[in-house]
Amino acid sequence: MKASKRPIGTGALGDTAAPGDLAASSHPKLPPTRLQAESLQVRLGGVTVIHGVSLEFSPGWTAVVGPNGGGKSTLLRALAGLCPAQSGEVRLQGCALDAWGAAERAQQIAWLAQEGAAGSGKASDWGGELTAREVVALGRLAHRGLFASLDARDDAAIDAALTETGSIAWASRSLATLSGGERQRVLLARALAVGAPVLLLDEPTTHLDPPHQVAVVKLLRRLSATGHTVVSVLHDLPLALRADRLVVIDAGRVRADGPSHSPELHAAVTDVFDGAVDIVRVADRWTAVPAL
Amino acid sequence: MSQPREGGPQFARHRLAMALAVLSVVLVAAGLGAGSDGWSWPRWDAADAALIVGQIRAPRSLGAWLVGALLGLAGAIAQGLFRNPLADPYLLGSAAGASLAVVLVLAAGSLVGAVTVAGAGATSIVGAAGGLADGLARLGLVGASFVGALGGVMLTLAMARGAQHTARLLLAGVVVGVVLAALGDLVASAAPEALRERQSFLLGSTGFLDWTGVALLAAGLVISLPLAWRLARLLDALTLGEDTAVSLGLAAPRWRLLLVVVLSFATGLAVSQAGLIAFVGLVAPHLVRRFAPATNGYTVVASAAAGGVLLLAADVLARVLIAPQELPVGVVTAVLGGAYLLALLQRTRAA
Repeated sequence: MKASKRPIGTGALGDTAAPGDLAASSHPKLPPTRLQAESLQVRLGGVTVIHGVSLEFSPGWTAVVGPNGGGKSTLLRALAGLCPAQSGEVRLQGCALDAWGAAERAQQIAWLAQEGAAGSGKASDWGGELTAREVVALGRLAHRGLFASLDARDDAAIDAALTETGSIAWASRSLATLSGGERQRVLLARALAVGAPVLLLDEPTTHLDPPHQVAVVKLLRRLSATGHTVVSVLHDLPLALRADRLVVIDAGRVRADGPSHSPELHAAVTDVFDGAVDIVRVADRWTAVPAL
Repeated sequence: MSQPREGGPQFARHRLAMALAVLSVVLVAAGLGAGSDGWSWPRWDAADAALIVGQIRAPRSLGAWLVGALLGLAGAIAQGLFRNPLADPYLLGSAAGASLAVVLVLAAGSLVGAVTVAGAGATSIVGAAGGLADGLARLGLVGASFVGALGGVMLTLAMARGAQHTARLLLAGVVVGVVLAALGDLVASAAPEALRERQSFLLGSTGFLDWTGVALLAAGLVISLPLAWRLARLLDALTLGEDTAVSLGLAAPRWRLLLVVVLSFATGLAVSQAGLIAFVGLVAPHLVRRFAPATNGYTVVASAAAGGVLLLAADVLARVLIAPQELPVGVVTAVLGGAYLLALLQRTRAA
């Protein structure tokens, strides 16, 4: 069983040529960013969802994994400054997130909503009229605000984001006419278009087929190699195991945190999923398989 | 909603913009020429013609376009704000507020009018005094309906504690609408003379528009259109969810409040000049989205043009359909708008 299944995300891209996998982009190297959660506690509707989480993120790609309802998305939202902390705080560059102006914070941190969550821009009756390019252009509001016009620099950023996610082909199609996977890539491009050094992505690979999952993973690695701090919630463990670092969240607490190849971490993953997955080595890579 | 057409969305948007511009020009021309049969000047020479066209038809036609534009603009904002294709400019209590204010002024006016007539006694200037009272009442009505429309919306905003939650805002608007309408009924039943005038206000009319009104309407459009065009980008961002908008650094509640203010200002101005004209604010954004799905910014601007075209067309029809009689323009828009929505319903059911 171990050998017969080729795990997803092992660079099997040679024959599939995913449209998202374009030549390495020419991002300039960014100054180092630091995003910290300090004894973070978050309550949602009277229930404590995050219990005193302390984490620090620096340039590189971190995958956040854990069972459903464990608080992964809430943690990401709190890191983005979208839900208030009951106690503790989130600090960006050593400065409390609340102390940042809304516009400056928006330029530093891009956040991608979980597709299918309430109001996440899935093809509802409303809002589907925007073309893919117009959706991606919304990312530039972080720099321009509501009243200034977009300029050539914005256009370049929008085109680059569309290209990197392989969405340029349907840039002028309306969002409502796109498939789930195409839409997901447009929404990812929207987050990229912000041009922020910190990217908080909630399930960026949802609805994507294996070639495009691989393309997104490669994109995240490329971003982290150019100095971006990428934090992504991922349900797909084989993909998450390709990250530099894995944070295991369960019941609102950090269960494990470390390089994705560490055996203790693998044990923690198996543990939080009630032994439903095995972390196994295939060739020179780690992957997860259902424990059947 | 609709499949991309040949040439893509951009092409459709340009085509609609051109069509609206051409229709506006054609209809203004029609508005200047139409209605001669309906007027009480069966034979007019050149001098009269200049007077009729310059002082009556021109301001009436331009004014009708501007009132329609303000309603279309307000309708597009309302539908984008509530993400509801049935939202219209009168939703947030402005209609009921304006209606109540008008009834109050009429009731007070009938009181004052009675005093004036009594004071004039048996002299022969009763008619003149009555005319003066009419003029004052007209001026009072314009101001009162504007203040009433804004007051209705402010009451709604106060009840909803701001524009943070659109569902709460909508609910508060319904409550304010019902309560103010009931108050209006109460006053009207106490002062029955106000009933007839109130009825004509509820139907809406373009017959009173003069150059002063046109100037006011134009100024209102010049202020509200650019604001709405830019603020509409918030509505675009909100289609990706409130959190995404906030993550882009946009203070959603504050800008939404400003959108409500622009919406109620445009509505109040339109209502003050032409009464409660039905369906234009509802149908104009529908038409725009049907022919050219686009960003909210485009929809707001194009809906203004479409609203202008619709109301001016209805006005021209109202003048010529049963000439020499004239239909109330509100009846024409209601019939046309209702028919359009019915057709839309049939199409949706078939699809």
